[in-house]
Amino acid sequence: MNDLPKQKETTLSFEKIKEDILRPMQNHKGLELWIAFLITVISVCAWAYYVQLRDGLGVTGMRDYVSWGLYIANFVFFVAVSLVGMLISSILGLLRIEWITPISRIAEIIAVAFVAVAGLVIIMDMGRPDRVVNVLIHGRFQSPILWDITVVTTYLVISVLLLILPMIPDLAICKNELKKTSPVLKKLYNILSFGYINTPSQHKHLHKMIRTLMVIIVPVGLAIHTVTSWLFAATLRNGWDTTIFGPYFVAGAFVAGSAALVVAMYFFRVSYKLQDYITDLQFDKMGKLMVAVCLVYLYFNLNEFLVPGYKMKTGDDIHLKELFTGHWAIMFWSSQLLGNIIPVMLLVTKKFRKPLPLMIISLFILAGAWIKRYVIVIPTLLHPHLPIQNVPDNFVHYYPSAIEISVTVLSFALALLIITVLSKIFPIVPICETADNNGIDYKIDA
Amino acid sequence: MKEETSNNSRRKFLKSVGLTVGAAGVVSGFSLLGAAKAVAQEPGETVNLLTQDGQLVQVDKNQLRPTVSEPLTELQKRGREGIAGKSFVMVIDLSKCRNARKCMDACQNHHQLRPDQHHINVLQMQDAEHTAPYFMPKPCQHCDNPPCTKVCPVDATFKRQDGIVLIDNERCIGCRFCIAACPYSARIFQWTEPKDAEKYKDLTYNIEANVPQKKGTISKCLFSADRLRENKLPSCVSSCPNGVYYFGDQNEDAVTNGTTHETVRFSQLIEENAGYTLLPELGTKPRVYYLPPKNRAFEFNGDLLNEENLH
Repeated sequence: MNDLPKQKETTLSFEKIKEDILRPMQNHKGLELWIAFLITVISVCAWAYYVQLRDGLGVTGMRDYVSWGLYIANFVFFVAVSLVGMLISSILGLLRIEWITPISRIAEIIAVAFVAVAGLVIIMDMGRPDRVVNVLIHGRFQSPILWDITVVTTYLVISVLLLILPMIPDLAICKNELKKTSPVLKKLYNILSFGYINTPSQHKHLHKMIRTLMVIIVPVGLAIHTVTSWLFAATLRNGWDTTIFGPYFVAGAFVAGSAALVVAMYFFRVSYKLQDYITDLQFDKMGKLMVAVCLVYLYFNLNEFLVPGYKMKTGDDIHLKELFTGHWAIMFWSSQLLGNIIPVMLLVTKKFRKPLPLMIISLFILAGAWIKRYVIVIPTLLHPHLPIQNVPDNFVHYYPSAIEISVTVLSFALALLIITVLSKIFPIVPICETADNNGIDYKIDA
Repeated sequence: MKEETSNNSRRKFLKSVGLTVGAAGVVSGFSLLGAAKAVAQEPGETVNLLTQDGQLVQVDKNQLRPTVSEPLTELQKRGREGIAGKSFVMVIDLSKCRNARKCMDACQNHHQLRPDQHHINVLQMQDAEHTAPYFMPKPCQHCDNPPCTKVCPVDATFKRQDGIVLIDNERCIGCRFCIAACPYSARIFQWTEPKDAEKYKDLTYNIEANVPQKKGTISKCLFSADRLRENKLPSCVSSCPNGVYYFGDQNEDAVTNGTTHETVRFSQLIEENAGYTLLPELGTKPRVYYLPPKNRAFEFNGDLLNEENLH
């Protein structure tokens, strides 16, 4: 394992790095098809959203008891995934861990795409999206929703900055190298490279800015998911009324985010032919990191479910029985086993930390993470303090409608489209940082 | 100086009177014109109306307009302020409820709700496995520490000085956080176009009755705040045939039974009958008090109560 980076040092030159990383940006093969597919999905699903706007939220499966459904579960999932930007590029970056260099930009792109779409998901869930401006006019800071809007926006802004700033030297290279690219992109590279030519003072200033942002994003990243958890924890509902929701959600977010990053790493490595950069080393390290974050998450799960499960006090008892052995047992246990316990057991062995097995395990973790969000949001609403009576049958159960599923697919397609476009117009692996890490000298022309 | 001011104000006054008269003249001119036009369009069809002084008059049908209530801003303002000096409370005597559901019907009628939408709901309750089952009408509890108003991001739901928790459908963004926060499940949402939306679409929104209902917004029990302003009891209270409800003002320490119209001391009623509030452990401090179902006026005739029905 350890001989891999050494080998790289001997074979890599700045020209080769440049060529390898810039090649996928010019070679369009297959990409148009993928983008066309995403746009088709988005247009079809946008129609579903139009129907929802026209006829009201009644076209969804939500009713007076389950008044938050798929959309909110999805929102929590999106916020969770977006936290990977903070984990990888900020926490590990501040610890000066070198193996994250080739994957830090993928992490940042995922963060930007998912947090941006998370904001949209909330609007899709609103009964009166036409009144969204009321939040600005009549906003009350006593409401966790206001805190949420504030931190989501802040996190988006800082994530975009953390994507662009470290990319300035690379964009200066793009400006010089990508002669055949469209005029719009040329202009974009020109603007975003801010006349960077890698003088020592420019280098110093840029790195100062990046490090400052890395520090700032840690509390903001913690805040975004903590506040999202408070949307639930601030209520008097069994299953949500708990004090550890903040750290519990943050721990879960690291699991979901790392899994999303691994899946993205695998696809970029294969389709962009970046085996020399996103190497087995990165997968191995990500596998180990996932064991760590999964164990933390498991510990929180024990606290969240074992402690109230031991006491079975009134209110909690129905909720927990339904989760452990009742209607929600399959979803609950599959998210715990397939999304957490079994992956930990597998990932401690080296052979499961190879790219393909790790990617497949990550897909399970990601699915488990999504189901977990669903299980957090819906069962609690179905187990209120007072009995549900004298209401139509569809108030007592919750099944997402086709419209709801389409709008959810829309949010996923949008996030994927943002990731695709960003990874198309920007070098997905940092060129200059890779050269720096390998001790290769380079010059950037004005 | 003083004289000058008064002169000034007189001039201002005359000027504004002139303006008003002029404007009124223009407006009335237009309305006369409009009336004349309407008559010219479709003559003949008239209806009989009784005037305030008891005279029967014939009016052209084209001239008929729905009664103009106060403008929206005035309704919103007084609706948010509430009725000064009052502190409304409700007492529900569980020993008298036999699930007649007249309160539910009256409420749905008053607030333009569908039959499956409940501002008030009569629940079958059983507190523990071997305890006696009973019927429990459950309106909004109008908590003094309301979880719903805390979480609202736009102040669309709020508590007034007289203790009533209202919601403003002109402002609600439909995030449904208040539904999630309410431990009594007392709130409903207009998932689709409300009942009779077309019929009431020209009506000015009255925040104290929450009518007309609006698609994509929250609705809830309001203690019939619009009726309270007219010194009437809430719809549910007056429509109960069995004397279940008492309603009144805690400041006066008096509550009136909606059926018997008997007024009793609130504190005495609660004390003598061991009145309680729902889920007191949550600290929401409800304004709706319950009297335990002791010495029932009827036999419990609910469905077989099993776990399934209760939760």
